[in-house]
Amino acid sequence: MALLPVEFTDLEPFAETWCLASEPERYHTRLATPMADMLAFYDAITPRAEAAMAYLDGFELHDLPEDATNLLLLIYSMIMVSFPVEAWGQARVPDTGSASFDCFVEPVP
Amino acid sequence: MSRFPKPAEGSWTEHFPELGTAPMSYEDSTSPEYYQREREAVFKRAWLNVGRVEQLPRVGSYFTKELAVVNASVIVVKGKDQQVRAFHNICRHRGNKLVWNDYPREETQGVCRQFTCKYHGWRYDLDGALSFVQQESEFFDLDKERYGLVPVHCEVWAGFIFINVAKEPAQTLTEFLGPMVTDLEGYPFDKMTARFGYRTNVAANWKLFMDAFAEFYHAPVLHAKQSPEKYSSLAQQAGFEAPHYGIDGPHRVVSTSGVRFWEMDTELVKPMEILTRSGLFGPWDQVDLGEMPAGVNPANCEPWGLDSFQLFPNFVVLIWSQGWYLTYHYWPTSENTHVFEGNVYFLPATTVRARIAQEMAAVTFKEFALQDANTLEATQMGIESGYVETFLLNDQEVLCRHLHKEVADWIADFERPADVAVEVRS
Repeated sequence: MALLPVEFTDLEPFAETWCLASEPERYHTRLATPMADMLAFYDAITPRAEAAMAYLDGFELHDLPEDATNLLLLIYSMIMVSFPVEAWGQARVPDTGSASFDCFVEPVP
Repeated sequence: MSRFPKPAEGSWTEHFPELGTAPMSYEDSTSPEYYQREREAVFKRAWLNVGRVEQLPRVGSYFTKELAVVNASVIVVKGKDQQVRAFHNICRHRGNKLVWNDYPREETQGVCRQFTCKYHGWRYDLDGALSFVQQESEFFDLDKERYGLVPVHCEVWAGFIFINVAKEPAQTLTEFLGPMVTDLEGYPFDKMTARFGYRTNVAANWKLFMDAFAEFYHAPVLHAKQSPEKYSSLAQQAGFEAPHYGIDGPHRVVSTSGVRFWEMDTELVKPMEILTRSGLFGPWDQVDLGEMPAGVNPANCEPWGLDSFQLFPNFVVLIWSQGWYLTYHYWPTSENTHVFEGNVYFLPATTVRARIAQEMAAVTFKEFALQDANTLEATQMGIESGYVETFLLNDQEVLCRHLHKEVADWIADFERPADVAVEVRS
C-alpha cells in the first residue's frame, strides 16, 4: 500500500525506510544507513522538495491526512540526511565518536 | 582593527578589572575535593532552574527532578490554587522515594489528584499536606499536620521555575537574578511552546561546557565544516568578534551581530538551508514578536544575532534575533561529568513551511552541539593530565574568567564565616 500521496509516487521507494515519526528514529536510521543509500534518497527528494512543500501548504499543519503526514516526515528525513550529504561525507558528525545528544521531546507533527 | 569598539579600558577583560588578564588554572574543573565544595557553596545556595510553567499545564500536573549535585530528588507540582510548589521527594513515613515509575533514579511526570506512596500507601495533597495514613491508629501520637512533604523553596520568574534547597535562601529569586536578567521580562517565552528537548552525558566538568558556550572564538574553527568551504574560509579569515559582553552580579551575557544568510550568494549557504529557508540562526523568515523588552539586544546591534545569558550557576537562556530561544542546563554529576540538557523553543508553527524551517534549525542545533560536547571530553582529558598548569584566555573569553571567579567567590564566601566560627570556638 502506498504511504505517500499519489502525486509523489516517485518517492515511494524511500518511504518505508524514511517516513519515521520521531527524531531518534531518523537519527538512528541515518547512522545505520550507507552513504550511497542516503545520497540516492537526497538526490531523489531535493528536486521534489519544493513541490512537496507546496502540496503540504494546502493543508492545515494539525489536520494533515496520513499520506501528507508521511510526506512531511520524509521531508524531515531529507533534512536529517542533508548533513551527511552536504557537509560530512559520512553518517556521523566527524570527531563526535563518543558524543550523543538524545532528543526526548519534539513537536508533533 | 576591531569591527566593534572595545570599552575605554582597551579591552572587555580590562573593563572588568576584578577578572585580571593572567593565564588561568583549571584545577577547579578537575579536583574532586573542589567539586564537593561547589556542591555545598554554590548549588545548595543558589536558585536553580528546573523547568518552565508550561510543563505544568493543569492542576495536579507534576514532574520530578533528579538533582544529584545537591543529592536531592524534587517534586514540582501545580496546586489547586494554581501555585507551583516544590517538595523533597521523600515519604515522611520511612523515607521511601514518593514519586517514581519503574526506575527510582529516573525522572517522571504526569497528572494526579494526590501523591500516594508505593510502599505503605501514605497520601499527600498537592500542597504537600499528609492526608491519609494507612491504619493510622497503629501509630503513636501521630499528628498528621507535622508530617507533610518537606517543602523546597520555589519561585517563578517569566515562567521559569526555580528552586533553592537552602534552609533560608539569602536572596529572593528576583534579587538573585538582578536587573540584567529581569530586564528580559516581557519576552514571549510563554508563547514559545513548540519544544525540541535533548539530553546527554558529557565527560567533562560542567564549567568547561559553560565556557564553551560563553565564547564564540571557537565557532569559525570547530564548526568550520558545517558551512560551505567558501563561507568557512571567509569566516575563519575574519575571525569572530562580539559587540557586547555584560556582567551583572554572578550572571553574564554575550551578544553577537547577525548574518543575513538570505541575502548571501548561494555558494556561501548550504542547499538545504536555501530549500528550507533556515539554519543555525533559525528560520530565515522572521516572526513578529512585537516590541522586545529592554534587556534584549543590549548593544542595539543591527543586524543583531543572539544574546546568550548565562545565569549563575548552570542555566543559559539564549535568545536568537530570528524569534526563537534555547535553554541549556549543565547538571554536574561529578568533578568530570555532567548531564547536559538543551531545549529549543519556537512559536507553534501554523504552516507546514514554518514547521519545516523549525525542524532544520533544531537538527542544525544538534549537529553543532555534538561537536561542542565531544570536544569537551578532549579538553577535560587535557587539563586533567596535570602536565600543564595554566591556560591562556583572550578578550573574547572574558566570560569564562567570570564564571570560574564567581564560583570561587561563592566558595570563599560560604567557607569564610564557618572558618571564623571554628576559630572562635577553639
